[in-house]
Amino acid sequence: MIEATGLTKHYGRTVAVDNLSFTVGEGRVTGFLGPNGAGKSTTMRMILGLDSPTSGDVRIDGQHYRDLHQPLRTVGALLDAKWVHPNRSARAHLRWLAAATKLPRSRIDQVLDLVGLGAVANKNAGGFSLGMSQRLGIAAALLGDPRVLLFDEPVNGLDPEGILWIRKFMHQLADEGRTVFVSSHLLSEMAQTAQDLVVIGRGKLIYQGTVDEFIANATESTVLVRSPTLEKLGEHLLAAGAGISDDGDALRVSGMDSAAIGELAATRQIVLHELSPQVGSLEQAFIHLTGDTVEYRTEEPALGTTEEGPTA
Amino acid sequence: MTLLAVERIKLFTTRSPWWCTLIALVLTIGFGALMAGTSEENIAPLTIAATQFGYTFGLVVVMVMAALAITTEYRFSTIRATFLAVPNRPTALIAKATVVAVLAAIVGEIAAFGSWGIARLMKPNVDLAINTAYEWRAVAGVGLVYGISAVVAVAVGVLLRHSAGAIAVLLIWNQLVEPLVQLIPKVGDDIHKWLPFNVANKLITGNPDPSTRDVLQGPPPSDAVLGPWPALAAFAGFAVVLFGIALVVANRRDA
Repeated sequence: MIEATGLTKHYGRTVAVDNLSFTVGEGRVTGFLGPNGAGKSTTMRMILGLDSPTSGDVRIDGQHYRDLHQPLRTVGALLDAKWVHPNRSARAHLRWLAAATKLPRSRIDQVLDLVGLGAVANKNAGGFSLGMSQRLGIAAALLGDPRVLLFDEPVNGLDPEGILWIRKFMHQLADEGRTVFVSSHLLSEMAQTAQDLVVIGRGKLIYQGTVDEFIANATESTVLVRSPTLEKLGEHLLAAGAGISDDGDALRVSGMDSAAIGELAATRQIVLHELSPQVGSLEQAFIHLTGDTVEYRTEEPALGTTEEGPTA
Repeated sequence: MTLLAVERIKLFTTRSPWWCTLIALVLTIGFGALMAGTSEENIAPLTIAATQFGYTFGLVVVMVMAALAITTEYRFSTIRATFLAVPNRPTALIAKATVVAVLAAIVGEIAAFGSWGIARLMKPNVDLAINTAYEWRAVAGVGLVYGISAVVAVAVGVLLRHSAGAIAVLLIWNQLVEPLVQLIPKVGDDIHKWLPFNVANKLITGNPDPSTRDVLQGPPPSDAVLGPWPALAAFAGFAVVLFGIALVVANRRDA
């Protein structure tokens, strides 16, 4: 279990992480979600004792990382797949990590086979593709058979096959009862990988809970209705307390589900041509929640007002 | 012991220490051969001190090796992987400095005895037997100076974290600043007497036996005021203080 309380990190005058409190439970994959620059990596570095918090505290199973004895036996982390010496072989990279944790050499071959790098174990890590580097990083994280695993953007830059492999792998790790904490800036990825979510924006906690709840809360579902007597229907819907917005030749109804709208139409003897529930996308939900907290926002381009318009 | 094994694996599973070792040995032993080959009995007689003429060149290469051992860890962020595996940063860095210093000392001894040995082979008629305390210091002392200098280089590497920066500081300091300080009027010589590499040089070149050494042969003698062994102790003390500062900084800094 990972427990953060009031975690804060300042870099000069920049506040990277702002009074962040959350818990990551065992036996589940917890997604750590936020836009780029939200403070995910900084938080992970603080969990692992690489960066010191300006204030606040984060513990793994009740202990600070830097107080753990042979921490690789408790926590495995993949923060950046490129944290290897390019002229050192994959096996040698794992060999010194294993030596630091007093693990038998046989464990090196086990994890290499587990991630499918057995055949290239003696090749220099500098020649590895991103996918292979990620696998080596995962092998290093798993070396000490840890209870807690942290992955920072593990699917970034991977091909679909690699993404699928990592996704399955994380579920397997969680099913074995481990704590899996994985960051991403892609909600759709998290929706398929994680059961729980910790969502941050600009270093602040936005949401903590299950993925399903997050999507249900964040996506406002509407119903699209079409009818030859749209105006009449609209009046009745408003009277019944629903919100409506005009959508061309249809109405977008919020605050009332399709069953209630259908019954209302039937009692009022209004003919319906279409009655279709609209579910908001995950991306909309994410943007809806983190919209105010994106650090590097692009201005909407004002089309047609530029001076360098087409001259022909 | 575990951490020494870790740092030994890390050091010898990359190529740069092997190359640096080779270059250091070729340079120093090559200079030893050069001194032996160009010596003439009356004009420039071969002495034990003269065989060690190339030791400062080897020293520079050994310090580059030591600085690279730590700065490449920062460059490729393996230092972070190290601190994840060994969160007690001072012990991890002490282990690294120890392994690098031991390698440097071994390289120094091989370089020194190699230079002396090649001179003996080339000039079997010249008396190059190591008899006096001075002669022993001049040869065997090289390894000690290399080992301590490696600690200095690791400390500078930890503080600066960049290969180019650390190597530049070490080379400019060792090769330019220390010799050129002497050019400062009035105080230059007094400052120079206490500069660390000049002090270290005292072990190898200091207090020569009048019978065995003409001042003009071999590396110029150090003008440090301390005796040879107190000078080495002072150099070691300097290395320990600098390394201590590096440990405090590394422990506080975000990795």
